[in-house]
Amino acid sequence: MPACSDALKSAFFCSSCDNGIIHIRIPISVGPNGLTVVCGHYGTGKTNFAINYAINAARSGKKVTLVDMDIVNPYFTSSEYAEILEKEGVKVISPSFATTNLDIPALPASMYSIFDTDDEVILDAGGDNVGATVLGRFSRKIIERGYEMLYVTNMYRPMTSDPEDSVMILKEIENACGLKATAVVNNSHLKELTVPSTITDSLQYAKEVSRSAGIPLVFSTVPRRIAGELPADECFYPLDIHVRTVWEKGEPIW
Amino acid sequence: MPEKILMKGNEALAEAAIMAGCRHFFGYPITPQTEVAMHMSKRMPKVGGVYLQAESEVAAINMVLGASAAGARAMTSSSSPGISLKSEGLSYIAGSDVPAVIVNVQRAGPGLGGIQPSQADYWQATRASGHGDYKMLVLAPSTVQEMIDLVADAFALGDKYRMPVMILSDGLLGQMMEPVVIDEKKVDIPEKPWALSGHENKRKHNVVNSLYIEPPDLEAILKARYEKYDLIKKEEQRCEEYMTDDAEIVVVAYGASARISRSAVDAARKEGIKAGLIRPITLWPYPEKAVVSRMGTAKAFLCVEMSMGQMVDDVRLIVGGKRDVRFFGRTGGMVPTPAEVLREIKNIKGGI
Repeated sequence: MPACSDALKSAFFCSSCDNGIIHIRIPISVGPNGLTVVCGHYGTGKTNFAINYAINAARSGKKVTLVDMDIVNPYFTSSEYAEILEKEGVKVISPSFATTNLDIPALPASMYSIFDTDDEVILDAGGDNVGATVLGRFSRKIIERGYEMLYVTNMYRPMTSDPEDSVMILKEIENACGLKATAVVNNSHLKELTVPSTITDSLQYAKEVSRSAGIPLVFSTVPRRIAGELPADECFYPLDIHVRTVWEKGEPIW
Repeated sequence: MPEKILMKGNEALAEAAIMAGCRHFFGYPITPQTEVAMHMSKRMPKVGGVYLQAESEVAAINMVLGASAAGARAMTSSSSPGISLKSEGLSYIAGSDVPAVIVNVQRAGPGLGGIQPSQADYWQATRASGHGDYKMLVLAPSTVQEMIDLVADAFALGDKYRMPVMILSDGLLGQMMEPVVIDEKKVDIPEKPWALSGHENKRKHNVVNSLYIEPPDLEAILKARYEKYDLIKKEEQRCEEYMTDDAEIVVVAYGASARISRSAVDAARKEGIKAGLIRPITLWPYPEKAVVSRMGTAKAFLCVEMSMGQMVDDVRLIVGGKRDVRFFGRTGGMVPTPAEVLREIKNIKGGI
């Protein structure tokens, strides 16, 4: 199993590396002034992960900018969660017409500010190679600045349920954006039907993706409500669920 | 692949069509429907099928007419403005008595409207999807799992009645993800002795056509077709009822609006209000029998839609002025919230 870079190790407060799997105490984010690209097949949960990641980084005292780079699919993007993010002190850069009725794929000029800031920067890429193509325009500057690229995968999505298929999608993404993934995030889940075994059943899959892609598995995510029920010898990143439909939001309505 | 998987509504529509034996898909991209075509483009080559991106929606629907006339299970999908473009072909399909499955992942209209979800194509789907005297079967799923089931039903019903079947979805259902179980069933595609599949000099050639030179001939064909529609009205009405047994306020909603309304009904029940939900699954034929049967306990009906009020017409026609029929809707890409629907239920409760 490939090992994590020093940057990732320090970012995630790895306590030890056992068989190449990193053990994490408190998930925060990639090191000072880091730039993290979050990519993956569409529907794997990139956006929900990116939102958690940004909020955790902000809560740890960092200045954080989250860029919604999904200009391919205008539904369930991180721009819709700008209010939650901004409340947490995260600066959000959204596509020019995000959350509107227009389908005009344009990034704002403020996008370039990420190359001129000390903020921790998180780029939430669009799905697949099509969504990642947008990154290509910035790849030279991203490489100059230095980056980590987390590849989010979910065993319960039909197009990535086989490790080989998942790695194929990763390769397509890398070819489209000109950047290389540096770690895998196992985000295998079944939305509200996720139970501890949903995640433990996916660990072998996640390790195969990591091995076959030649990059480390940084951790598996777990909904916070069941975080305590998972084995202690693996690394898990607890998530709050932000991306939901209107009837799932569960706010008291009376 | 694990037993349970997470699927996006649009992917489920595409995958379910493949499972139902569809090997001919003709499409054209439009938000928020594009994943149907995208999924088809990735999957069809793997199952020996054809994914073809046509030069326009008009071309795609006519390719469906051609493939269906040849006996294939064919599908196209689009979103509201694209469905308008397909209307000519839909009429020809109905007039030619060929089956076809058409998906509409509705977005806001009229005109270019917007890309956010909507249910403002109800009239178009149930009344006037094209010119002439005809009907389409219209199925309205409200979960991703149900999309899988209804696509299979759509192909079967289309073949059974030799007519177009529309899956009326919306941007919210198309884009959201839910866990589903894919249950590979054996598909029985019926014989199609009417199809243009080659007579090999063994039988008289078939004709698939919607042009009739003599007016009396066309009138006779239309009358026969309407007898079929009457049979469908009798046999194929479908809906789901939730807490309607003693309901004084019956909410009527389909698709995504039904999901929202169900949450509101739960909330109303917690407050001691006898609310229930009728969720039409077939929009044509409309589940008249269910609405009529609930007139016993119902003091009022409340239609909830993502439109300015379209399906409410059908409920009013059925109720015939004997009960109060109210409407609540958000439109233009806005989605009603459970809290808003609950407020409407309480308003009605206050007045009865």
